[in-house]
Amino acid sequence: MAAFILRRFLMLIATLFVASLIVFAVLEIVPGDPARLMLGLNASEDAIEALRNEMGLNQPIIPRYVSWVGGLLIGDFGTSYTYRVAVSELVTERIVVSLPLAILALALSTSIALPVALLAARHRGTSADTAIMTATQVGVAIPNFWFALLLVYLFAVTLQWVPAVGFPGWGDDPAGSLTALILPAIALALPQAAILSRVTRSALLEALSQDYIRTARAKGVAEGDVLWKHALRNALIPVLTILGLQFAFLLAGTIIIENVFTLPGLGRLIFQAITQRDLIVVQSVVMLLVVTVISINFLVDIAYAWADPRLRGQR
Amino acid sequence: MRGLTLGYGVSDRMVTVVSKTRSPKTAWSWFIHAMRNRSFAVGITVTALVVLMALVSIVWTPYDITKLTIPDRLQGPSLTHLFGTDHFGRDLFSMVMEGSRNSMSVALIAVGVGLFIGVPLGCLAAAKRGWLDDVLMRGADVIFAFPALLSAIMITAIFGPGAINAIIAIGIFNIPVFARVTRGAALAIWQREFILAARAAGKSASRITVEHILPNIANLLVVQATIQFSLGILAEAGLSYVGLGAQPPSTSWGRMLAEAQTMMGIAPQMALAPGIAIIATVLGLNLLGDGLRDITDPQTENLAAHG
Repeated sequence: MAAFILRRFLMLIATLFVASLIVFAVLEIVPGDPARLMLGLNASEDAIEALRNEMGLNQPIIPRYVSWVGGLLIGDFGTSYTYRVAVSELVTERIVVSLPLAILALALSTSIALPVALLAARHRGTSADTAIMTATQVGVAIPNFWFALLLVYLFAVTLQWVPAVGFPGWGDDPAGSLTALILPAIALALPQAAILSRVTRSALLEALSQDYIRTARAKGVAEGDVLWKHALRNALIPVLTILGLQFAFLLAGTIIIENVFTLPGLGRLIFQAITQRDLIVVQSVVMLLVVTVISINFLVDIAYAWADPRLRGQR
Repeated sequence: MRGLTLGYGVSDRMVTVVSKTRSPKTAWSWFIHAMRNRSFAVGITVTALVVLMALVSIVWTPYDITKLTIPDRLQGPSLTHLFGTDHFGRDLFSMVMEGSRNSMSVALIAVGVGLFIGVPLGCLAAAKRGWLDDVLMRGADVIFAFPALLSAIMITAIFGPGAINAIIAIGIFNIPVFARVTRGAALAIWQREFILAARAAGKSASRITVEHILPNIANLLVVQATIQFSLGILAEAGLSYVGLGAQPPSTSWGRMLAEAQTMMGIAPQMALAPGIAIIATVLGLNLLGDGLRDITDPQTENLAAHG
């Protein structure tokens, strides 16, 4: 097990290294000089050159890469070109919106998907199962930002229960802030719940077809217990994989939803940074998200190997 | 199933083995048989309708969508304007038609990019194994680590908005999907006796791949292509919605939704038409993929039928 974890860890480092090279390289070949963009059209050549020196843009490419990665490792993400503050500060400011939103959406999607999947698996082949599968099939096809528009129209424009857009801030108005996250969370959660319930249902059906389930039934275990204690527990591995990936997706994938609701989250930060050519912000936030995805995959792999020793020998 | 939420439905368990290819003579009877599968029947019908709509829009739309007729603006659905009109008086049905062409061509070409680069790479990895296989699959892992839509937004924003860059941005993420699916399926075929026979007969690895591996994994690739096609439609809609896809005077479903957002208070029908078009298309493609999988892979059919 230790050897397995070590091997996986080395692979994680290698993947991160290659990913960081890609992020750095892509933004390196971007047209446009950040110093020129920062200072505007009227800036003198001298001022631009001075700023380029200050930002370290005149250094050769390798030292610049090394100092960027070195900075990331110690939590120094650099200074934003447009906001003129530390990127880490911007990220902290924005993550207090994105993280609760992602957690809320994930909780919502799980609490819808699990009961629905259990219901469908328990009554497989019946009209209830067919209805659930049809509904989830449609759910998978719905673009979440379109769903968000409908929610805004219904609850904000027509019923006026919640404000359509904006975020008051946790410090000023905690209750209002939570309210502002409800519609975005629902918009994000429902399509995810559709995917999750489909995956969970198939995992449950696969678990239910195993011999130990027949044994459990043969010895007289109640059907509810078969489903909850035996099948669900064994179906959890694929479900946890999807949950892990959905969480990473929700952190990153809120970019469009945050634009619909004009929420000041990570997604909106990166979107604005891209349009303003604030490359250091883009580099650092993308890298942060990549680290999150890779770490989640790593943890899932470890959890798999812990649950199923046969996997430890594989590459 | 990993990667599904990132927009890629890949599963190593989806590997199936098909023993022989069909002759064209039986294609019609195969189709008649396939139409008995409900998912396939609904899926192929919806998909054919959308494709037809896209094709017709090349030569004809009910109204010219580049012409603004302000007096007709913001009408509800009627016989003259099936889906109503937008804030410039443009006919929404014509725009949905025009949008279908842009949305579908971007998604379709992006699938093509994935197929033409990913499949050869997957075949190569399966045929050569060893370090090359390792390098290619770890490369796929690296690409999967990037949140797909976010990276697509990054690519289109940096290299300029527009349909071509949208195709590239979506296509790049199709490459590792097809590479993985191809490799997984090809590996299973390589284990089979008839491949051993072909090797014993002195056929080269590349000849075996073309003559035996590819025909046997073609079904699987078609299923994966329909899935990626539907995900491409959603991705294109997202990109166009944030203004990075189709550019005016051209339009796409995502772009129509972006314009609808500002008019949500007074003209909600503007959001309805393109939204339903997206859902119908994605749903149609997903059903088509499910149906094809059921038809070509008896194992999953049994699993679905008997649990």
